[in-house]
Amino acid sequence: MKIEIVSEKTDAGYLLKLKGDVDMSSSPEVRSALGEAFRQGKGARALFVDLSQVRYMDSSGIATLVEAMQTCMKQGARLRLIDLSPAVRDVFEMARLSSVFDIFASVSDAAKGL
Amino acid sequence: MREEARVTKEGKELQEETVSLAVPSHPKYLYVVRSAVYPVLSSAGFSRSETRKMVLAVDEACSNIIKHAYAGDTTKTIWLTLTLGGDRLRIELRDSGKKVDAGKIAPRDLKDIRPGGLGTHFMNSVFDSVQYDTSGGEGTLLTLTKKRS
Repeated sequence: MKIEIVSEKTDAGYLLKLKGDVDMSSSPEVRSALGEAFRQGKGARALFVDLSQVRYMDSSGIATLVEAMQTCMKQGARLRLIDLSPAVRDVFEMARLSSVFDIFASVSDAAKGL
Repeated sequence: MREEARVTKEGKELQEETVSLAVPSHPKYLYVVRSAVYPVLSSAGFSRSETRKMVLAVDEACSNIIKHAYAGDTTKTIWLTLTLGGDRLRIELRDSGKKVDAGKIAPRDLKDIRPGGLGTHFMNSVFDSVQYDTSGGEGTLLTLTKKRS
């Protein structure tokens, strides 16, 4: 199962849209796309990751997002997650991560207050 | 898929259904595992959310086998057997790699926010029992069981 990653620049930072399964097989690709977004968006206020089309996420996907959050903190930016799919909500709930990440319903909501 | 009848002490017949699967130890086949396991669990009467969580736990178990038992060797095999019988689901995962040291396996503290180490926590939180058996000739047999509601 392939992962599709679309990256676009917004006024407040970079937006990554993920579609498909984020697992041990595809996490390296997501990690690489996040790394590229960090390079391209250096100095941006936030990195947005849209998870509405993620059909499945495992602990390697969680690890990738935790690493992204740590990189954002080092760069003085915010990692903002958008519209978690039910599968992502399940894994966040199991890992008790819902309060660790900043989660928003839409990109426009996430861009407020930046 | 195999069906077989067992008879309990009370003379009640229990129908057991077994689904077996063997996949290469390559991360790209985790999708195949999920695709095979999901419909079996879903048709066994588990809710959609329970099914998703169990599929996640089985996926994590396979990932752990690839990472730890086979140390990333993608040419090995993972054997899965799902057995539905009576009021219980049993999932067995077998590998021929390095035997796990069950005494060293512990879920990490969830307050410690860091990448990795969640797979064991997922397995323990979803299944009623998680057992590692290293008494066989090679590899480890991991057995996950859950009561059907």
